[in-house]
Amino acid sequence: MKILLPALSPTMETGNLVKWLVKEGDSVVSGDILAEIETDKATMELESPDDGKIERILVNEGTENISVNTEIALLKVDGEEIEEIPEKPIEKSPQVSTNESEPLSSEVNISMNSLLNQTKENLGEKNWSEKEISMREALNQAIEEEMKLDKDVFLLGEEVAEYDGAYKITQGLLDKFGSKRVLDTPISEHGFTGLAIGAAMAGLKPICEFMTFNFSMQAIDQIVNSAAKSLYMSGGEINVPIVFRGPNGAAARVGAQHSQCFISWFSHIPGLIVIAPSNARDAKGLLKSSIRNPNPVVFLEHELLYKEKTNVPEENDFLIPIGKGNLIKEGKDVTIIGFSMSVQRILNALPSIEKLGISPDIIDLRSIKPLDEELIYKSVKKTNRVVIVEDGFGITSFGSHLSYLIQSNCFDFLDSEIIKVSGKDVPMPYAENLEKLALPNTDEIVSAVKKVSYIN
Amino acid sequence: MNKKNKNNFTNDQLLKFYEKMFLIRKFEEKAAQLYGAGKIGGFCHLYIGQEAVVIGILSSINSEDTVITAYRDHGHILARGVDPKLVMSELTGRKDGISKGKGGSMHMFSKANRFYGGHGIVGAQVPLGVGIGFAHKYRNEKKISRVYLGDGAMSNGQVFEAFNLASLWELPVLFIIENNKYGMGTSIGRSAAGGELYERATVFGIKGEKVDGMNFFNVSESAIRAREYIEKNSKPYIIEMDTYRFRGHSMSDPGLYRTKDEVNKMKEIDPVLMMKETLLNDYKIQEDTIKDIESDIKKQIKDVEKFSLESPLPDLKELYTEVYL
Repeated sequence: MKILLPALSPTMETGNLVKWLVKEGDSVVSGDILAEIETDKATMELESPDDGKIERILVNEGTENISVNTEIALLKVDGEEIEEIPEKPIEKSPQVSTNESEPLSSEVNISMNSLLNQTKENLGEKNWSEKEISMREALNQAIEEEMKLDKDVFLLGEEVAEYDGAYKITQGLLDKFGSKRVLDTPISEHGFTGLAIGAAMAGLKPICEFMTFNFSMQAIDQIVNSAAKSLYMSGGEINVPIVFRGPNGAAARVGAQHSQCFISWFSHIPGLIVIAPSNARDAKGLLKSSIRNPNPVVFLEHELLYKEKTNVPEENDFLIPIGKGNLIKEGKDVTIIGFSMSVQRILNALPSIEKLGISPDIIDLRSIKPLDEELIYKSVKKTNRVVIVEDGFGITSFGSHLSYLIQSNCFDFLDSEIIKVSGKDVPMPYAENLEKLALPNTDEIVSAVKKVSYIN
Repeated sequence: MNKKNKNNFTNDQLLKFYEKMFLIRKFEEKAAQLYGAGKIGGFCHLYIGQEAVVIGILSSINSEDTVITAYRDHGHILARGVDPKLVMSELTGRKDGISKGKGGSMHMFSKANRFYGGHGIVGAQVPLGVGIGFAHKYRNEKKISRVYLGDGAMSNGQVFEAFNLASLWELPVLFIIENNKYGMGTSIGRSAAGGELYERATVFGIKGEKVDGMNFFNVSESAIRAREYIEKNSKPYIIEMDTYRFRGHSMSDPGLYRTKDEVNKMKEIDPVLMMKETLLNDYKIQEDTIKDIESDIKKQIKDVEKFSLESPLPDLKELYTEVYL
């Protein structure tokens, strides 16, 4: 019987074999712990699926980035014949990807990093001391740095402390800051969100984590009616310096109630700032700015981006200003606008677009509200064509508003209709093929670019 | 010393409390009048009948303590010492309103007077108030967060989440249920199952009691007991005030859900009149002394009215200010 590296979380694509707890020749029974596997979120135990003898270990301990479903050992089950026994353990695992969804391939990842390196100059950034880290680590650093700088900053949410964060964003913070400043809450979004907003009204600076933004719906009255409106309806007396953060949008195969983008919902509300970073660098700089901002900020992350790496400055004073988009690739023929995960989708489509001889401006909005209108209009006035890509449902969406703004401000410059590639107007299906179909994909983005460019 | 005055207030202190109750009563009567005249718009929820609650609690309060309540908030902000002119100007939607005319009757705040609103969504102020209590504890402040809620809010889910958090994290919060028997037009018997409302908090380990909320002395005594408990144990406490509103839920309430007889019967235990009688009969305070106070308040209310009608409407540019800081 082949023992394969199992998928131990909805988003796991690869794992690290930390340690074997058995050796070749050992007899095991079903349920015995065979090995420790590190996923993107935690270290998990791999159990024996049956009774038998460990015939061969095929992947050495310490091997990293083993694809899910890779054969890692052979178990001889009583009465079963093994046809062929591989001779040696495989030193480095074959990168057999069984995931058919569009990968955030290392190619795309590298290009995001190199694109960001190129834009630093345009953005007028100084030379930071940088390190390549994941968005997960970047968010963790941002929280840690700001908590060190300001004693009024505290963190609360479900599983943020003793569990180390459901998605490991808050890993290690309990040890560093103690249970007074890193608080596990009951599963009680309406209550703890209201509590956090009240604490902010009294002058503290809470970071309120939603395990996912799907659960923020339980608390949306507090976010909209208490956090967003208090400054205005108190005539400027009561401000609410709070950050609501957590993963937003569709992760992987978690079904309709756990796969929704709320960018359009929150950006509808005056008084809220809405941020949606696409990469580790922006995530850190923007989260730090959000924590320092005196207004309520809805900071929408994306689970599939947590593991993606870019160069990220290590200095305390690295901040990215809220309200500034980033022209991550400069072209001339069409403006493609995205934010959060949809930027990655645009980059996935980029090779196909370039093959058509089309050189696009790619804008990563980063900040949804306030919006960098100047950057958008400048690009549109140059390219005269626009494609907007958003993961959220397309009806009454943020992308719809964006296309209204563009036609209203750049009417005379447009050579084509504006095309919006949005999530389909259906609850997110579970089946892999249907889920893929429900989200914007490369073909749709390329088709949209062709259509605005009048290419058949 | 009178047996009703276990808290050893001096006559001067008692007269100050009476003065506040009378101020709220006259302020609210004037608000009703101005509403009828079309000078106050929208929703206007009067506190008439419940004055002993807020002033009884006031008698236990340290000036640094914080207060938060729902939308029936005129009495609460006046009790905290905010100038009635600024409160009435908010009701009339003028520039000099405490919220610059942008909040209205339900949304008034004063950080200087530790008053955190003024919230229009039933129940929402309860987690907020627990959060203010969290901030007190976080900063090691010796303050208590006073959180008012109505009987209607006691069937609202977030209130129970807030009870749980306040008790779990041992926060310095005093919950005060103003049970005026009706959530808008629905009587308590038609909305709340089970026993006493405050008992719904005791299952979370919060100690509490029910008190005659029409009587200043009873409220005051219970509030001081609550304060001592919270200070000693660093845990929340809950008091259910048995009270009654003499006016409708809001100004547009025809009152079809209760009889005139019921209202008239409750008016026999009018908290303002009862306190006055106690001061006259049990404390032997001269009637003239009280009359002087009352006539000063009446005069003050005339000035308040004048000010609130003469204050200009907000500047049109105010539309876009204070959305973000």
